[in-house]
Formats: sequence, structure tokens, C-alpha cells
Amino acid sequence: MDLTQWLILAGFGAFHGLNPAMGWLFAVALGLQDRSRRAVLRALPPIVLGHAASVLVTLALVSAARVAAPPRAVSYGVAALVCGFGVWRLVRRRHPRWVGMRVTGPQLAGWSFLMATAHGAGLMLLPVALSGGHGGHAVLALTQQTLLFTAVHTAAMLAATTVLAVVVYERLGVAVLRKAWFNLDFAWAIALIGAGAFAALT
Amino acid sequence: MLVQPDPTFYPSPREAMRAPRERLAYVALLDARGDGRPDGLATVDLDPGSPAYGTIVDVQDMPVAGDELHHFGWNVCSAALCPYAPHPHVERRYLVVPGLRSSRVYVFDVKDDPARPRLVKTIEPETIFERTGYSRPHTVHCGTDAIYVSALGNVDGDAPGGVFMLDHDTFEPIGPWEADRGPQRLHYDFWWHLGHDTMISSEWGTPNMIEAGPDLDLLLGRKYGHRLHVWDLRKRTHLREIDLGDQHQMALELRPAHDPTKTHGFVNTVISVEDLSANIFTWYLDEGTWKARKTITIPAEPADPGLLPAPLKQFGAVPPLVGDISLTLDDRILLISAWGTGELLAYDVSDPLAPRQTGSVRVGGIARRDPHPGTAGVARNGGPQMVEVSRDGRRVYFTNSLYRSWDDVFYPEGVSGWLAKVDIADDGSLTLDPDFLVDLAEDGRRPHQVRLQGGDSSSDSFCYP
Repeated sequence: MDLTQWLILAGFGAFHGLNPAMGWLFAVALGLQDRSRRAVLRALPPIVLGHAASVLVTLALVSAARVAAPPRAVSYGVAALVCGFGVWRLVRRRHPRWVGMRVTGPQLAGWSFLMATAHGAGLMLLPVALSGGHGGHAVLALTQQTLLFTAVHTAAMLAATTVLAVVVYERLGVAVLRKAWFNLDFAWAIALIGAGAFAALT
Repeated sequence: MLVQPDPTFYPSPREAMRAPRERLAYVALLDARGDGRPDGLATVDLDPGSPAYGTIVDVQDMPVAGDELHHFGWNVCSAALCPYAPHPHVERRYLVVPGLRSSRVYVFDVKDDPARPRLVKTIEPETIFERTGYSRPHTVHCGTDAIYVSALGNVDGDAPGGVFMLDHDTFEPIGPWEADRGPQRLHYDFWWHLGHDTMISSEWGTPNMIEAGPDLDLLLGRKYGHRLHVWDLRKRTHLREIDLGDQHQMALELRPAHDPTKTHGFVNTVISVEDLSANIFTWYLDEGTWKARKTITIPAEPADPGLLPAPLKQFGAVPPLVGDISLTLDDRILLISAWGTGELLAYDVSDPLAPRQTGSVRVGGIARRDPHPGTAGVARNGGPQMVEVSRDGRRVYFTNSLYRSWDDVFYPEGVSGWLAKVDIADDGSLTLDPDFLVDLAEDGRRPHQVRLQGGDSSSDSFCYP
């Protein structure tokens, strides 16, 4: 894995972590509801784990495809899937609906898994995952790569989510949402389409 | 689609209180003559700097007659900021307007010209019947995941009434809300404690029990609703019923605390068959169990039987007939409209189980016919009915018509419509604004629900304290 891949994976991790819909805002809300910073921090591990699980499943499925199918077919398949999902995100503005404000840890992880999956968080990473090591497709190597990629992405996502959740809870207050909650849907869709195009061209 | 959240969304009620002053009100107008004239949606100018301040600047007539417009609401509101189903970049631009008599639902767009709502969609009664099994849509609340609409009965006008959902992008009816209604049959209002995933609903009567007018036999037989129902908002299941006592007939408007960490709210019962009083109950969560306690009693007022309509002559008293209540966004002042006695009351409910009266004004009333201070000497009929408070908790707007067949029993000469304004002082006292009176006598229709542009104290719910 080269430095560029590291940076891209970590960059996407931070990008996902910044998105209020990916979980930091939920953590802040749970903290405010209980008037406790501990409640904020307690909510973060399940949120990050749910996100990581979604990414891991996506990467693992594609790794499995790489074992079974020729590389070009996998590349074009991934490109079509990621681009298609990006376009779908552009035209369909649906938001997942599940759970409420009284959530257990597993429910929170499940919610985060759904949000990440519905937003195509793992899909966004696929082209990067494909861009290295077209040569050997040993199962072991792919497994290692999948786990490592997920870990790098998740670490960056955890860092961004934690910093935002704590800063908003302690300092800024949720009033900041009124101005600072930028519509990431468009950027997100463009990122997916760009990632898909990247996969097709490399 | 917006880049930043809709500017009328506020994470918390505290923030919403700092919203700019309202510049427009939307008011449902009811045709009572029944000669083919449709109901209307009026726009009232509330900008003190405008030459048209305090006047109707537009009325949109419905395409057909006979709807009986009731408690309309917005497509989305501050609940869109809730963390578990966020959609903050959807615009608050559509008014969803239900016809209680016709079961028709209209959608008006107010974005392009806020003073002139434009009809963009009509959901026909048959569609509501077919998709939801309900009829007589009454109250609209913007939820975290859909638009929720209460309905008083089933397609035949009988029990059960309940709640159905509209998709908040397409406005298509999704279906009935309840997964398990338990013992709940009668229905009127609903609202929720979002911080606790809890819905509360109340009881009036089925369409067949109310449409011909109040039924004295049903009333004295204590057959109208007198319960609250507590629901799991996520599982859509009935958890508990709270009987307020069957002497307290018709449990109507539900005003949960706006602060999502709080676990109490207020409901009005219209009339006690024991002493004609109206009552306010406070519901609250006590060690995991939802309970309710009577916290305000508004007594009947003795009156000369000669001044009273037929059903009241025997009592020689006017029941307050509290028809609506409203709670300021800081959960401090509860406004109570006593439609029978023509009084608007204010209570400090900082201690929700020990309210303290802070103010009162009078206009109209069955026996008193108090004038409005802006038109001294002109007797007014109807009384404070639908009451709406500005987001900053300073101004109250209220109208004087309840429901056609009930108007005609208690004000048999016909309610002459008006919209008035009251100012709330820091201490919770009330003063009628003598310079603000929208007199609808000329239009001839009767005003009911008021909604303020950008939101008001009964339009939004919040997920952050």
C-alpha cells in the first residue's frame, strides 16, 4: 500500500466522519439528552464500528469478486456500480429511517451500518482498493489488504467524528448546525461518480 | 435543494425563540352557509411596518365546496434536524391542509409568493380511504420521517380513528401508522416526546358522534372520549391508556413540552358533565410510568337563561368549553381558550403540576358578547378558539370558530368571524391589542386554525434541548 492510497483512504475517512448524517450529531444529541459528555463518548464506538462494518463488507465482497473474476471485469463492474450509485444519490434524495432517540449500543451500530451503506461509504473506497496490486490475487493478500484498508479508513473516520462530536458538544452547541450543516449529498454523489470514473480509467 | 439547512429549522426550542418576528399568518376559513361557496385559505399581513398590517392580503378558495378545513401544518419543520433521520436541506414550503368534512387533503406551495399560496396537489378522499382505511383527516404534524395526519374515524365514520402518514417528498398516503392499537378506538389529536420515542394521542368522538352537532345523550351518557393513549413511537404500538375520568368529556389538544428532555405535557378536556367545568390535565412520566393529573379547573359561569341557547337554558350557566390550548416554546406559559365564556387565559406552567394564572382577556362569549377594545360597543360572538403563539412567546393570535355544526348549537345566530391578537408581558399577563382585529363579517366565512409563516408554537418539534 503506497502513501497515496493511505492519504485517499484517510481523506475519505475524515470526509465521512465530518458528515453529521454519519453519526457525530447523533452522539451529540444523545449527550444533550442525558446532559453528559460520557453519553457522547459512549455513543462513538458503536457508530464507528457500524460504519467500519459497512465498509468492510463492501471491500470484502469486491475482494471475493477479484478472486473469482478477471481484473478488468471487476474494475468495470465496480466503476459501473459506484458511478450508478452516485447518480442514484443525485436524483433520489431519500434518507434512511430507523430507530429513534432511545437507542442501545447494538441499535446505534446497526443504524450507523445502515447509514454508511445507504450513503455508499464503502463504494467510495473501491476504486482505491482496486488501484493497487493487480498482479497477485492471493486470498490471504486480499484479506490482509481489506482489513488494513478498513482500519486506515476507520481510524480517520473515528478521529474526525470524535473531534467534531466533542467540540460541538462542549463548545459550539448545536445552534452551529443552522449555518454549518452544508448539504454534503451533492459532494457525496460527485465523489462517488468521480471514484467510479477513476476505477474505469485505471 | 438547499446548501444550508432551511433557515426556519432550529435544533432546539430555545434557539427557535430567537427567530425573527412573523410577517404572515395563514388562516383556514370555513364556509358555513352551505350554498356552494368553498372554504378558503387566507393570508394575513403581520408585518407592523407594512401598510397592509392586520388585514387579509389574499384568500385562496378551494376548488370545491364543503371541505371544512381544520388543523393544517407544514411539510417539514425543525424535526428534520433530528440526528437519526436527518434531512435538513428539504424546504419548509408546503402547507398540508386537511378537509375534516370532505376527507380531502390539499397541498399549497408558499415559496414563490408567500402571501399567495398556490395549490399544487389534491389528495382525493377515495385515495385516503383506500390507502389508509381512515377518513376525516384533522391535524397535521411534520415528523422525523414522514408527515403524520390524525383522522377521526374509519371510512364509515365509526371507530377506530387514528393516524396515517404521508410521504414528505411526494405527499402520497403511505398507510395507517399503528402497528398495534391495543384498546384505542376514539381519536382526536396526537403529538410526541421525540427525546423519549413516545407518542401521546387523545379522544374526541367518531365522525358519526360529532358531525350532526354535539349529542346531549352521548354527552350525558359519558360516551365521548376521556382518555389519553401512550404509544411507542418507534414500534408504533400502544403502551398504555390513561383514563382522565369519564365525567371529563372530550380530551382534545395535546401540548407536550417542547424541550425533548422533559417528560410532561398538557391536554384540555372540554366539559365536565358534573359541573360543566373545563379542565387541564398534566401528563408526566413518573418512574417509568406515564400518568396524568388534573391541574387547572375553569368553572362554568352563571348566566341569565334568557341569554342562553336551548341546550344550556336548563343549566343557567355557560360552560367554558375550552377548545384549544397552546404552550410557549420555553414551556413557560400555557394559553387556554374558553370558547363558551369568551375568555383567553394564561397560566405559568414552569411547575407543570402547579400552574399559576397570570393573565386573562375577554372577547365574545355565549352570554357576555364582550366587545373587542378596537371596536368598543360592538358586541362580538364566538369566543377564543384556535390559539397560536409566536415563536418568541410574545404574541398570541386567536380565532373564534370551532366546528360548523357545533358553532350553530352554541351560537345559533351564526358565528361572525374575527381574528384577534394579544401581547404577552414578561410576567405572563395578557393585553388585547386594540389596533389588531381582522373582522371577517364581510367575507362571511369563519376562521379556524392559524399558522404563522416560518413556524409557531405548535408547528415544530425538536430533538435537542
